Amino acid sequence: MKQYLLAVQFDESAPSPSEADFQAQMARTGKVTDEMKAAGSWVFVGGLLPSHAATVVRPGAGTTTMTDGPFAETKEQLGGFWVIRCDDLDQALTWAEKCALACGEPIEVRPFDDGSDRR
Amino acid sequence: MDLDSVYRAEYGRCVATLTRVLGDIGLAEEAVQDAFAVAVQKWAEAPPANPGAWIVTTARNRAIDRLRRESTREARHAQALLLRQPDDEPTEVGPVRDDQLRMIFTCCHPALSPLARSALTLRLLGGLEVPEIARAYLVPEATVSQRIVRAKKKIRDAGIPYRVPNAAELPDRLGSVLTVLYLVFNEGYTSTSGDLLRTDLCLEAVRLARALADLMPDEPEVHGLLALLLLTEARRPARVGPSGELVVLAEQDRSLWNRELIDEGHELVRRCLRRAQPGPYQLQAAINAVHTDGPATDWAQVLALYDQLLAHTPTPIVALNRAVAVAEVHGPAPALAAIDELDLPGYHLLPATRADLLTRLGRLPDAVAAYDEAIALATNDTERTFLRTRRARLT
Repeated sequence: MKQYLLAVQFDESAPSPSEADFQAQMARTGKVTDEMKAAGSWVFVGGLLPSHAATVVRPGAGTTTMTDGPFAETKEQLGGFWVIRCDDLDQALTWAEKCALACGEPIEVRPFDDGSDRR
Repeated sequence: MDLDSVYRAEYGRCVATLTRVLGDIGLAEEAVQDAFAVAVQKWAEAPPANPGAWIVTTARNRAIDRLRRESTREARHAQALLLRQPDDEPTEVGPVRDDQLRMIFTCCHPALSPLARSALTLRLLGGLEVPEIARAYLVPEATVSQRIVRAKKKIRDAGIPYRVPNAAELPDRLGSVLTVLYLVFNEGYTSTSGDLLRTDLCLEAVRLARALADLMPDEPEVHGLLALLLLTEARRPARVGPSGELVVLAEQDRSLWNRELIDEGHELVRRCLRRAQPGPYQLQAAINAVHTDGPATDWAQVLALYDQLLAHTPTPIVALNRAVAVAEVHGPAPALAAIDELDLPGYHLLPATRADLLTRLGRLPDAVAAYDEAIALATNDTERTFLRTRRARLT
């Protein structure tokens, strides 16, 4: 079994959806999460507040500095994510397709480093 | 025994089987190369009856030896896989046909970049060396080897499976495989720059399409693709004139066409028609079957097939090709109207077709302007020369 991150990329410059659209989207993504749980693939799910609420902590010489905002000021930001457990990329991509259709946003699929590629 | 031709024929099959056995493409390639190195010494004395089986057995034994010598985590992992082999695995193992099918679906996985898919397919299934692929695609060897290394790393790290997709995924995934073979062929047939014909790629695409048709006899589109490639390949000897110039279909010397390939292509198209499950490759094959049937093209039939193809695949390229048939059946004016609205930025064949239609309508200044546009967009010398010759006839 491998673990994959399904990261939702949000376009923060797009106008926010109406309350009704937002509720419909939540219902759709919730349904996908339920499906993942029923299939035994679900590990974690979480939605994030927009990047205005982000703070970056950077290491220095024995100390740290804090800056307001996300890593990079781009309009696409991480908006939420699932962590799933499945056999291979094809299964992860099948879930990602469902997630993309449910959120109406692009999904980046990234395998977790399980240490098996260390030479 | 000619080791080079054995290598070309068996490399892909052996790597495919060893990938299943070892669970890693890189290890499989190393093992197969080791085995061929041994073959150079051994086969001179006593060539084996079944070279593929010999290579697979030797590669497997070499891999086990190598893994016993090494003690990295990866080696232990691979060794564990080897030890987990089912008991019914015979000691003398040969290439397994299904392994090639697994390999082609892995190489053409949609999670890999398009160039990586072609390069991997040519390397791992075709047995082409990196310099050959680089020459064929006119890119530096370093680029090709980097793409291949990166793709193999992604296959391993992202967990791209080594299996034939299930029934639900198959139509999409088979589409990706057919596209790769079609693009490899096209890359050879009309290279993006330099020589018009790069025969190696065409022959390799035909060989791989044949292998795929053999492996998936129940998929009509696979046979459609094979027929399309055969019927296009058959006309190659007539496609370029004595001084390397492009010869259009209507002016080709049909006696130069390869009869054997045409007969084979026609037979495949007939079988596809009997199945009555048309798809884009079968329809294109049928169009090419009409072009290669009898002393001249039956354009009404070609147009009817393009109507079907356009309904199936409503793309601007299909609409453009259909317009050529419209011109033959209904004249240049309706054809020109049909392509007026098409949006194909940067595609030289749109202004080239418009130029030809305008010429036939006697609108020569407009035709010259369209030829100029096409010449500016054409990406290979042979096509540029062809377009310049056509343009020169008008002035």
